[in-house]
Amino acid sequence: MALPEKLTLEFDELCTHYPERRAALIPALHRCQEELGGWLSPETLEDVAAYFDMEPVEVYAVASFYPMFFLRPVGRHVVSVCRNISCNLRGADDIIACASKATGAKVGGSSEDGRFYLEAVECQGGCTNAPMMVVDGKYHEDLTAEKVEKILGELS
Amino acid sequence: MNHPTYLLDRIENKDSHTLAAYREAGGYSALEKVLKSMSPADVIDEIKASGLRGRGGAGFPTGLKWSFMPDPEKDTRPRHLAVNADESEPGTCKDRVLMREDPHGLVEGTLIACYAMRCQAAYIYVRGEYRLPYQRVQAAIDEAREAGLVGENIAGSGFSCEIYMHKGAGAYICGEETGLMESLEGKRGHPRPKPPFPAGFGLWGRPTTVNNVETIFNAPFIIDRGADWFRTMGSEKSPGNFLCGISGQVERPGVYELPLGMPAREILEKVAGGVWKQRKLKAWIPGGSSTGFQRPETIDTPMDHDSLKAMGSMFGTGAMIILDETASIVRSARVLLDFYEHESCGQCSQCREGTQWLAQIFRRIEIGEGRMEDIQLLEDLANGMAPGKTICALSDAAAIPTHSVVRNFRDELEEYVREGGHPDYRQGRVLEETTS
Ligand SMILES: Cc1cc2nc3c(=O)[nH]c(=O)nc-3n(C[C@H](O)[C@H](O)[C@H](O)COP(=O)(O)O)c2cc1C
Repeated sequence: MALPEKLTLEFDELCTHYPERRAALIPALHRCQEELGGWLSPETLEDVAAYFDMEPVEVYAVASFYPMFFLRPVGRHVVSVCRNISCNLRGADDIIACASKATGAKVGGSSEDGRFYLEAVECQGGCTNAPMMVVDGKYHEDLTAEKVEKILGELS
Repeated sequence: MNHPTYLLDRIENKDSHTLAAYREAGGYSALEKVLKSMSPADVIDEIKASGLRGRGGAGFPTGLKWSFMPDPEKDTRPRHLAVNADESEPGTCKDRVLMREDPHGLVEGTLIACYAMRCQAAYIYVRGEYRLPYQRVQAAIDEAREAGLVGENIAGSGFSCEIYMHKGAGAYICGEETGLMESLEGKRGHPRPKPPFPAGFGLWGRPTTVNNVETIFNAPFIIDRGADWFRTMGSEKSPGNFLCGISGQVERPGVYELPLGMPAREILEKVAGGVWKQRKLKAWIPGGSSTGFQRPETIDTPMDHDSLKAMGSMFGTGAMIILDETASIVRSARVLLDFYEHESCGQCSQCREGTQWLAQIFRRIEIGEGRMEDIQLLEDLANGMAPGKTICALSDAAAIPTHSVVRNFRDELEEYVREGGHPDYRQGRVLEETTS
């Protein structure tokens, strides 16, 4: 397998931003995760390694360092609820429990129907509108249990 | 509470993120001034004279930092500016506002800084979660390039400068300046031992300066209106305004533009409406999670670098976190130590092991399994982790809140050990696991 041309063309351009091509690795991994099923499969890591002329294990070492990269399949919608202090002081524990109920997923796991992946994450920079969560990259702030149920209920 | 403002003035304007709106508000006039009538040394002198201090956490004088870049006559290597938009210190969400609402201000500041330090390319390292801010700054760069303000021969001046966006992937340690550089090079975000310092050996071994978004954002204003104007705001040793994000158990949390040196009490009570639900203040954290839990009696401290240092804390990122009388210091400390454990890069054993142990001890005190000896153990462990015992300051950032709990809230630690933990656990309520 090889990376789709659409991606390699993008990466070719990305690499021109830096004196060393490898610097494009993390942005490239983001694009792979977005385009290739929501996670970085061993095959994807190998393809990325081949593209960057690196050993697969080196790419793995980088990918596994960063919490935003998933090295196993996750549910279609990624729900990241903040668990850190500013949110915790305004009820994040309840929001996490509510999100777990609404998604049917345990924290750190996916729902059985494959709809959701739920994670309790460190500060995402929404502190002054706590509690907050990010769903598929979109910020949802000033949450209440009702809001969480509504936001998650609307996703298919 | 009537103080002059500048940082957030433009964000009320319609479509404030666009070039048209930015121009309308007088944007890019500082860049024009720099290109037409100032030498790089003039720019650095003006920033030095303004007394601007870095807003990323350490409060280092910005002009001085810029002057550390080697003389380009003697050192002809390409050089870089890295703008630190990793913003992951718990409580901190100010750079996000600037990037989202006024991205051209950051672009103009970046160009001015690059001109002053003669950098050919700047990288803006944005935390991966900040999707909209990233898009806004990228769009601003594209618009500016289109208008001849980014790229080759800017505005016909002969000065060329590229600005690239770079997306991180969710690691706090990549906000540490050398961790950021490693990450930008496509590696794990492992901080580098210093020396060598970034000005001599930074990105790809080239001279590099790392500055926070808000720091860079101040530069065009200083150039446009002058160092003397800048010094009319703030305090003598910490001039200017800052973005104060106040969060936690407060009536009106928000990101406010305030003069440095404003007493924390005034910020809490007048600006943010006081502790929520008419409750009393139990503790406050002055400038992001790494600056420790402080006693309510210290709330009159002015919010500036030297005053907070003298009080035994730090200005940090200027992000105040408020805890009301019902809050649990032990639980909040456990939440923070879980964070530091999760974010430790693992290179230094003091930090890798220390953060784990501290988190474990706070947790067992929280759930009612603590022992009186644990209190001393917290102190001893934190003493083994900092100051200056590790490659970077993440270890210090975990030790400081730990010390602060033992010193300032020992009574609560003792009570939890004696009474069987957090009230939730005394009543036998079992909490959902909230970490992953
Ligand atoms: C663990 C750790 C995390 C940091 N995170 C950030 C950050 O997210 N943003 C930031 O601007 N500075 C951060 N810093 C501070 C940077 O190392 C550096 O001092 C700063 O970017 C310099 O910019 P300034 O001089 O403009 O303040 C962090 C430092 C440490 C030790």
